[in-house]
Amino acid sequence: MTSTDLTTSGVAELARALAAKEISSVELTGAYLERIAAEDGELGAYLHVDRDAALARAAEIDDAGTAGTGLAGIPIALKDVVVTEGVPTTSGSKILEGWRPPYDATVAARLKDAGTVLLGKTNMDEFAMGSSTENSAYRVTRNPWDPSRIPGGSSGGSSAAVAGGLAPWAIGTDTGGSIRQPAALTGLVGHKPTYGSVSRFGLIAFSSSLDQAGPMARSVLDAALLHEAIGGRDPLDSTSIDAPLPVLAECARRGADGDLSGLKVGVVRELGGPGHRDGYEQGVLDRFAEAVELLKGMGAEVREVSCPAFDLALPAYYLIAPSEASSNLARFDGVRYGLRVGDDGARELDEVMALTREAGFGAEVKRRIILGTYALSSGYYEAYYGQAQKVRTLIGRDFSAAFTDVDVLVSPTTPTAAFPIGSRVDDPVAMYAADLCTLPASLAGVPAISVPCGLSEGLPVGFQVMAPALADDRCYQVAAALEAASGGPLIDQLPRRTAEGAGQVAA
Amino acid sequence: MSTLSRKEPLTRQEVAHLARLARLAVTDEELDLFAGQLDAVLDAVAQVGKAPVEDVPPTTHAVPMTNVMRPDAVRPSLPRDVVLAGAPAAEDGRFRVPRILQEEA
Repeated sequence: MTSTDLTTSGVAELARALAAKEISSVELTGAYLERIAAEDGELGAYLHVDRDAALARAAEIDDAGTAGTGLAGIPIALKDVVVTEGVPTTSGSKILEGWRPPYDATVAARLKDAGTVLLGKTNMDEFAMGSSTENSAYRVTRNPWDPSRIPGGSSGGSSAAVAGGLAPWAIGTDTGGSIRQPAALTGLVGHKPTYGSVSRFGLIAFSSSLDQAGPMARSVLDAALLHEAIGGRDPLDSTSIDAPLPVLAECARRGADGDLSGLKVGVVRELGGPGHRDGYEQGVLDRFAEAVELLKGMGAEVREVSCPAFDLALPAYYLIAPSEASSNLARFDGVRYGLRVGDDGARELDEVMALTREAGFGAEVKRRIILGTYALSSGYYEAYYGQAQKVRTLIGRDFSAAFTDVDVLVSPTTPTAAFPIGSRVDDPVAMYAADLCTLPASLAGVPAISVPCGLSEGLPVGFQVMAPALADDRCYQVAAALEAASGGPLIDQLPRRTAEGAGQVAA
Repeated sequence: MSTLSRKEPLTRQEVAHLARLARLAVTDEELDLFAGQLDAVLDAVAQVGKAPVEDVPPTTHAVPMTNVMRPDAVRPSLPRDVVLAGAPAAEDGRFRVPRILQEEA
């Protein structure tokens, strides 16, 4: 394999080449590190890369002779919200600049145990609050399909790294769409697992009743392999579900055979259907409709399904998530870790805390903390937070009712393709609209995958498949069928950049 | 149907009060910016008031939750020096905190 092949191959193929001793983990890791060194200055995907540590780890795997066994020897990137022992972890915030955690998140520990090689930590919206990665306190991340556009968010460093060939796959986290939306906008596969099926231990908490970690990858099969490596019960997470993980990679392989006969698919009217198309880009609606036709062609029975409460998912989410965030972010008090500002011996704790948080948090984090504080305050609690939780119940009921009639629900992943950097930063309400289609599954805790379904004016479009809780395997099966019917992973169509000229596109 | 209707826009003073509650020493410029932005966000999220929620119970978590117990066994914790290494200030093997009492107290 040439070095170009190494950074544009699926992980299943890389594992085969490692096992066959065609390549070593040091060579593979080195190929990614070279591309990071050459291209990440412009792309902005990473916040931290430790070249020496990655190569040493790869050499260890090579020496042990285990490369290619399972995931051993495969490089990976982790979103910077995942706590990593001894490796800087900021969650995209200045308040944690320079912090080296004393322990590993369960997700990081499982990937370490599996023998993966950590390339680095990826950029993100501060504390995962955002849909474009523009809320990072550190750097701008660009979309490999068009560097003037956002890579999605909040897991935009992970999406840019994988789509740009600077990591074979990556971990993202999804609170209201932060895996699925960036995957959709960069032509990748991203899956938000059933809430409680992947451990939250060691994820820096944003909205605890919604946060889930999951895979972002070039193909459905790769995503399934990564999901299998991180999923399953964890006694360190009290919300962890005590149920076996469904078989996922096998489902992805079976799905690629393209037989969906008997599968009942519901197209959600409220997510881009008749009467609900305001704000949707025509190219997104067209690609979505074509993908639905492909599912029919493979034997799926398609019908329209109405989930009226989905219309209120966005307002409910933007009350529930900020409320939980305002509570979770109280931990950043300038005492136990991170920044402390204004401690001159005269100022009291409260004042030092306020100065520290003012200096350490960015605008969107402050907005959400203030909004959450408002929604939880006496006099407003029932009208805002309490009402939003009841809407959450209605959304769950809509899913339950739909899943008595159909096996999966489908929609576009996002209303539009990637928007230009800077175009929505001053308008939080417009920014929030990017999450319109991904929020219902988050609020109901059900699994949902985004798989590419083509391009709109040269930019990737995502197709979302939602399934009942714990039926993550159905997401992978349908996504794999669609991927195969569309001629294979969309990311293979991304024009290659030349190794030496970042910003130039090779013919 | 909720009685929620927002007639009064969110004021600068209200934002300042909320920021104080949340321990955020916001600047005057931020107050100007946030008051308008948060007012627009509140208008958008107030739509939840439209939902027919009579007799609908709230959902706090999407999956059924029960309390989780584990054996109350002694296990090693993280070493003290490792934890304190991440603190902004430590002294005598402890977190050093800013003063919490008035001079006269």
